[in-house]
Amino acid sequence: MTLLRPLRTILAAVSLLFVAAPASAQELNLYTTREPGLIKPLVDAFTKATGIRVNSIFVRDGLAERVQAEGQRSPADLLMTVDIGNLVDLVDRGLTQPAKSAVLEGAVPAHLRGADGDWFALSLRARVVYAHPGLGLTSITYEQLADPKWQRKICSRAGQHPYNTALIAAYVAHHGEAAAETWLRGVKANLARAATGGDRDGARDIAGGICDLAIGNSYYVGLMRGGRGGTEQQTWGSAIDVLLPTFEHGGTHVNVSGAALAKHAPNRANAVAFLEYLVSDEAQRIYAEANYEFPVKPGVAAHPIIAALGTLKVDTLSLTDIARQRAVASRLVDKVGFDR
Amino acid sequence: MRRAASTPWLAASAGISLLVLAPLAALGVEASRGSPGLWRHLAAYVLPGAVADTAILLAGVAVLTTVLGAGLAWLVTAYEFPGRRTLDWALLLPLAMPTYVIAYAYLDILHPVGPVQTAIRALLGFDSPRDFRLPDIRSMAGCVFLLGFVLYPYVYLTTRAMFLMQSASLFDAARTLGVGAGRLLTRVALPLARPAIAVGLSLALLETLNDIGASEFLGVRTLTVSIYSTWITRADLPGAAQLALAMLVIVLLLVTVERRARRARRYANAAQHARPMQPTRLNGWKAALALTACLTPVFLGFLVPASYLVQASIARLREWGMPEAILTELRYTLTFAGGATLLTLLAGLAVAYAVRLAGTGRAAGIFLRTASLGYAVPGTVLAIGLLPIVTGIEAVTDAGARATVGQSTGLVLLGTGLAVIYAYVARFLAVSAGTIDAGLERVPPSIDAAARTLGAGAGRRLWRVHLPLLRPAIATAAMLVFVDCVKELPATLLLRPLGVETLATHLYGEAVRGTYEDAAIAALLIVVAGLLPVIALARIGRRTSAADVPDTPGWL
Repeated sequence: MTLLRPLRTILAAVSLLFVAAPASAQELNLYTTREPGLIKPLVDAFTKATGIRVNSIFVRDGLAERVQAEGQRSPADLLMTVDIGNLVDLVDRGLTQPAKSAVLEGAVPAHLRGADGDWFALSLRARVVYAHPGLGLTSITYEQLADPKWQRKICSRAGQHPYNTALIAAYVAHHGEAAAETWLRGVKANLARAATGGDRDGARDIAGGICDLAIGNSYYVGLMRGGRGGTEQQTWGSAIDVLLPTFEHGGTHVNVSGAALAKHAPNRANAVAFLEYLVSDEAQRIYAEANYEFPVKPGVAAHPIIAALGTLKVDTLSLTDIARQRAVASRLVDKVGFDR
Repeated sequence: MRRAASTPWLAASAGISLLVLAPLAALGVEASRGSPGLWRHLAAYVLPGAVADTAILLAGVAVLTTVLGAGLAWLVTAYEFPGRRTLDWALLLPLAMPTYVIAYAYLDILHPVGPVQTAIRALLGFDSPRDFRLPDIRSMAGCVFLLGFVLYPYVYLTTRAMFLMQSASLFDAARTLGVGAGRLLTRVALPLARPAIAVGLSLALLETLNDIGASEFLGVRTLTVSIYSTWITRADLPGAAQLALAMLVIVLLLVTVERRARRARRYANAAQHARPMQPTRLNGWKAALALTACLTPVFLGFLVPASYLVQASIARLREWGMPEAILTELRYTLTFAGGATLLTLLAGLAVAYAVRLAGTGRAAGIFLRTASLGYAVPGTVLAIGLLPIVTGIEAVTDAGARATVGQSTGLVLLGTGLAVIYAYVARFLAVSAGTIDAGLERVPPSIDAAARTLGAGAGRRLWRVHLPLLRPAIATAAMLVFVDCVKELPATLLLRPLGVETLATHLYGEAVRGTYEDAAIAALLIVVAGLLPVIALARIGRRTSAADVPDTPGWL
């Protein structure tokens, strides 16, 4: 036994190094690809209401790989990410478990959650078009983005970014792969600069005269115009008109942010409580107010800046149908050299 | 007797190289799971462009960093002009500037709605950027320019050391033969400095190749970007691993070719007690020209982006005050970087000293090269390879602890930050092992022999003889590794414990969200934390004036 004493001392010393406290009843571990500043208001409000402490880690690339590698010892309770493809990917890898909850089922419409409750959408965002006000444009379809009259007039982030692959996947689901390829070639020919940067860069580039149209997410309009990014971004936000484009025989492409219970969640009940909190009226209002996203819960209003963009007519395609075409979309991006 | 003395060192060296090799082996396993149709797709649509772009980017950065690095090193060693003493170290400052920061700063500064173009339009009388615009920085040329201006210090550092080391008698001899100043550089100094240039350049080019922040942001799609989209967008990790390993093989091939080519020539060994070259005094317009040439890279690679960060930070502080957790983040940054630097030095010393002890033995040399492989793969790829290794170690530790003391150790590496430190060591060991190895090579073997005759064993020789002699080399390695650790992003992001942010991850989180002013303070602190070692580095370089500045990463 004397041999074990130094070992115990070492173990005690090592456990002192532990940054995260050992699991207790009143905490919950959140793995998220959403930026810390963005989820902080939600976490703070939840902790205040329930006393449950939330330890979170923001990981971008490799969240799924990390949870997978941690396996049964993973401290992760809740996995939070954006984009339907990423959510489905977590489920397909077997990293999640279903959550059965009347609260969740009551708040999230059926088409915005996994069939068995293995993922839940928490907020919605629309893929919209920013336009140079000088054009006086009032409406546009996604199909028209390939119109040669916009040659070298469109700005976009990388085609391989999930926001764009989801849009392209929706196009594939609507019109088939061949038509999508033709369309994507057309959009590529219309690019004014390399497909790179973020959605806000599109607004800035319209202000800078580099392009006339840009593809971007709806909430960036709120983030820019609302002044959260400083006065500089406010000028970008006011330098654009915002159009809610639709598919010719459909509506506006929306994507989700969402969450799923981790398969080996040590604090499962707390994680479900947090999920239920996230779809409460209060949290859904925070999504709308702080992040300018569309609430998933029917009846909760969008932020006035977002509501002013017009009535959102959500596309008829189901999110899982879109997710299924993601790999095809990504290959098309390479094939037409969209990011080159 | 010699073999016996080296055995424990060889064993340590083998263990260390195994730790570096492990994540690469894990990638190999991942790659072998196969990715049907990937290569046909890549060959048809991705590789031609990605290979061409990678080659152009590398060539451009190579030219720019060599011209700047070697040219400036020659200016500050061969000539005396006003400001030279300050510039001597100031030229290293861009080293503290992360590439992802500089790319963002320059887009903001040079954008049509940014300050520079707005001023130009006002000067020329244009109202709108729609009437007049300069070319976009988001281009191959912009990327070469930006990377070149922050990465040239690697070449400058190694080449300057070489110039300082070369005996003045060589230059005197050339001068006696009537060789002018220009030809002295091209015919004598540069050929002699080629090994040093190659070393600095290889560091700069590997940083370029593995860069994801700046090049992707500027719209340049390198092979590294292809690895990312294969992994992230198509959720095809085996394919990404295959691509990463293929790239590693190409890097190693190129390095070997260069090494062979260099070996085919013979280089005069720098004398141990060389009389340093007397700088020629420049006056009038020549001095002004030299000063301008030195000031430009300091200005573009450091002062401009740094003042941009300062200005953005002030705006943030005025409006919202200090970000609350920033000091904690600074503490984590320094702890991770400090711990990793210490371990990287110890590991580098063990690996390099094993080579020394084993003499011409092949095994030690192979371990040295293996231990340096981590620098040749992109950071995220290495981190992904590390995940199964780290969790595997945790599983074993956990089982062991449960069996012996009946206590679970949980995530003993991922939960404590040790995983981050492991990643840093695996990635930056090349820098410390190479630098220390080169430092050891300059100690004549006769010294070891003398100490052995006096009865000193291998450990005592290291402690009493080599360590004192190696101090400058170790200090240099420490600074370079520390700065690299402070700037490191992808492995930190993936492997840090729950609830922990470092400056780099904070910066990334804010930048992704577009709250750039919040990011500016973290970026500024990264630069400051990296700056102090850079200044110290310059002082070391000046004091000992030569023999110690970074040299060959192990595989060179």
